[in-house]
Amino acid sequence: MARIELKGVRHAYWTAPGQQPVYAVQEVNQVWEDGGAYALLGPSGCGKTTLLNIISGLLTPTDGTVQFDGQDVTQRPTTERHIAQVFQFPVVYDTMTVFDNLAFPLRNRGAPESHIAERVRQIAEMLDLENSLKNRASGLTADGKQKISLGRGLVRSDVNVIMFDEPLTVIDPHLKWLLRSKLKELHQQIGVTMIYVTHDQTEALTFADDVVVMHEGTIVQVGTPVELFSRPNHTFVGHFIGSPGMNVLPCQLENGTAFYHGHAVDVSNPAPSGLDGKMEIGVRPEFVRFAADGIPVRVEKVDDLGRFQIVTVNHDGDIIRLVVEEGLEIPSEDPRIGFDPDNTLLYRDDWIVDGVAQ
Amino acid sequence: MTVTRSKQWLVPTFYILFLMLPIYGLLTMSFKTTNEILGGFSLFPNDFTYENYAKIFTDPTWYSGYINSLIYVVMNTVISVTVALPAAYAFSRYRFLGDKHLFFWLLTNRMAPPAVFALPFFQLYSAIDLFDTHIAVALAHCLFNIPLAVWILEGFMSAVPKELDETAYLDGYSFWRFFIRIFIPTIAAGIGVAAFFCFMYSWVELLLAKTLTSVDAKPIAATMTRTASTSGYELGLLAAAGSLTLIPGAFVIYFVRNYIAKGFALGRV
Amino acid sequence: MNKTLNQRAWWLVLPVLLLVAFNAFIPLMTVVNYSLQETFGDNVFFWEGLTWFESVLKSERFHAAFLRQLLFTAMILAIEVPLGIAVALTMPRRGPWVSVCLVLMALPLLIPWNVVGAMWNIFALPDIGLLGYTLNSMGIDYNFTQQPVSAWMTTVVMDVWHWTSLVVLLCYAGLCSIPDAYYQAARIDGASGWAVFRYIQLPKMKRVLTIAILLRFMDSFMIYTEPFVLTGGGPGNTTTFLSIDLVKIALGQFDLGPAAAMSIIYFMVVLLICWAFYTVMMRNEER
Repeated sequence: MARIELKGVRHAYWTAPGQQPVYAVQEVNQVWEDGGAYALLGPSGCGKTTLLNIISGLLTPTDGTVQFDGQDVTQRPTTERHIAQVFQFPVVYDTMTVFDNLAFPLRNRGAPESHIAERVRQIAEMLDLENSLKNRASGLTADGKQKISLGRGLVRSDVNVIMFDEPLTVIDPHLKWLLRSKLKELHQQIGVTMIYVTHDQTEALTFADDVVVMHEGTIVQVGTPVELFSRPNHTFVGHFIGSPGMNVLPCQLENGTAFYHGHAVDVSNPAPSGLDGKMEIGVRPEFVRFAADGIPVRVEKVDDLGRFQIVTVNHDGDIIRLVVEEGLEIPSEDPRIGFDPDNTLLYRDDWIVDGVAQ
Repeated sequence: MTVTRSKQWLVPTFYILFLMLPIYGLLTMSFKTTNEILGGFSLFPNDFTYENYAKIFTDPTWYSGYINSLIYVVMNTVISVTVALPAAYAFSRYRFLGDKHLFFWLLTNRMAPPAVFALPFFQLYSAIDLFDTHIAVALAHCLFNIPLAVWILEGFMSAVPKELDETAYLDGYSFWRFFIRIFIPTIAAGIGVAAFFCFMYSWVELLLAKTLTSVDAKPIAATMTRTASTSGYELGLLAAAGSLTLIPGAFVIYFVRNYIAKGFALGRV
Repeated sequence: MNKTLNQRAWWLVLPVLLLVAFNAFIPLMTVVNYSLQETFGDNVFFWEGLTWFESVLKSERFHAAFLRQLLFTAMILAIEVPLGIAVALTMPRRGPWVSVCLVLMALPLLIPWNVVGAMWNIFALPDIGLLGYTLNSMGIDYNFTQQPVSAWMTTVVMDVWHWTSLVVLLCYAGLCSIPDAYYQAARIDGASGWAVFRYIQLPKMKRVLTIAILLRFMDSFMIYTEPFVLTGGGPGNTTTFLSIDLVKIALGQFDLGPAAAMSIIYFMVVLLICWAFYTVMMRNEER
């Protein structure tokens, strides 16, 4: 178990001499508390795998320090950091049985066989693998192999943190949730710090207690799933989280009031006067309603998803989405919409106004 | 990896030294006169001469031999690797009627001594009016090079998990776009190796190349055997010719070295 | 790997099939034709049935050449395969030395086989070659033209020199194809260098290693030019391997019938051994 702290971490992959370095990770300061279940969420190429490899020691950052429980491990190799990592593609030792796979890390460290046998059985039971211990690892399905990868990490009792790099990528969709719940269950049982890297928000939001959202090399927000949903600090978080994502619309600021195409909009975080920059309002489709005195729109599409409907409307070229209950009648004559003021947020240059600003 | 890291480099170093000794012998021979070679042992040419190389560069029968060889070898390498790629993919990813037998049958074409094919090939290619052309030799070499290319490529393709293909299709790639932009870079090492081996085997093949050509497409290897028989054993000349045959192959391997040494980066699809 | 059943895959294989079959069929039929007949010239043939096969299989000369061939192939496989793997493992994978290593190692493979034979012939001659001269000046009585053991040693070393790089290149390319994640996982699992070799590298190299071994077996079993130029099959017939004997019979004595029969038997032996080896190696893959 360990508390991991990243200070001023930046990383640029090899740059040709004379060229400006391109930072895959720019200025990360983050604390990962001992025993926490974290998700590192972001689109492809945002730097999350780089960050993961910096924590695990497979990569040494260009700048900054990594500390485990207050000790600087930036220059220490992976083996000394006592971490475990599960990769995107299942990595198993094909020629060995499941038992030998799980025993491998312990045997390498010279543990006595009796201890190994006990520990392997324990972990195998936790992962529902106890019936396949005698089978060859290569014969298992993808989810079985990922469980073995996970098991190899769990079998060592000195593990500080377990890291997952998009581990469900090759798993069959109907098995994904099984494996996800198993991970959550394991976390509650063992309490080791877990960092789960993914680009899938469902995975992130269902697994983690705290989600770290990354965008273009920086951490834009850290919070619980609820916080990220209701108060995104950055328009990217708004877009990315939620299905469909937040509506982000351009607006003008006049005397402290936001105006959307001439219509005044009340926001829950009003701006101090004199603020300039690119102003936008963000409101989730769940909080856009049909209102008789609202902004006139043209209804483009209605998707009936059973328990709710997604209505796509158009105002002056801007696409806005609403999530409404099933069975609600969509006004056919002069439809107008309004935004719930308690859930409408003001953004300046993509960052929330008055909140955790840059 | 198996030996302590610091001493590891000793193994390839000694190996390369072992390889270079006879080559050094070859190179020095090429700069000696035949008399000096047969006269006794000398570590470095006492009588350093360029006459062997001069002969080769000025005599058309010699340098045209190189050009001819280059032409049909390149033709063959391109043909072999190109048709082998889709076939290897089929063997690697699909099951179909007769697949295992077909795969092994391909290999059997390398199991007969080439001497067996000389006369029949001569008759065959003459019959279709391709005697003494580059394409004839290029096609004839397909007999043993295509199976080799398919075999090597299949080996490398099978090491790539099928999940890569499926992930690509899920992301919206069409088959050919996936094949060209994702799959081929992934098996780059295999393509490099296959291309080099096709080049190599075709370049050194003597019997069929000699049999199927006479004047227009006469390869360098044939010219070299002539040296050994008619004008006596002109060792200096032979050594010079031999040294020069190293150059195109060296280029090829240099060209594909990046493909061979390229790591397999399990990138995001 | 879970292969999908797809008969349309035949289209992908068709070009290969056409090109190879075109070259294979007619010569094959020709050889079979000759092996079953007798000729006294003038293109007149008499049906002889299996006579030639019988006489070849019974001939002592054939047995002797066959055994010599087996010994030779066994020796070179025993040396070239482990040596090739060892070199492939220790070669650098990144950095400037990669190019140097690859180019230098490839050179022996590129020399036309008759030049290889001629080179080693001179190289090993006691009074004028680097090797022969050095060995004799160290006090070793070495003369490959007269001593069978020296002739054998020279032939074997020549082949090792010529062909080991093929094994190296194949294994090296195979090694480079192992995804980084495996090495990373092994680091995390605390695996030693030996464990990495045994559990990751060797299994992943199995396919390319099979190709390398089969290729070396086939090529060495059919070897002709290099030993012929080096020793001419001598001294006497101590280094007369199977191919050399075959050519002597076919061209020297112009006995097409026995030569063709011998070719077929030759082919069958190679086929059988390859098939056996291939099946054993690939059996584990069928899951």
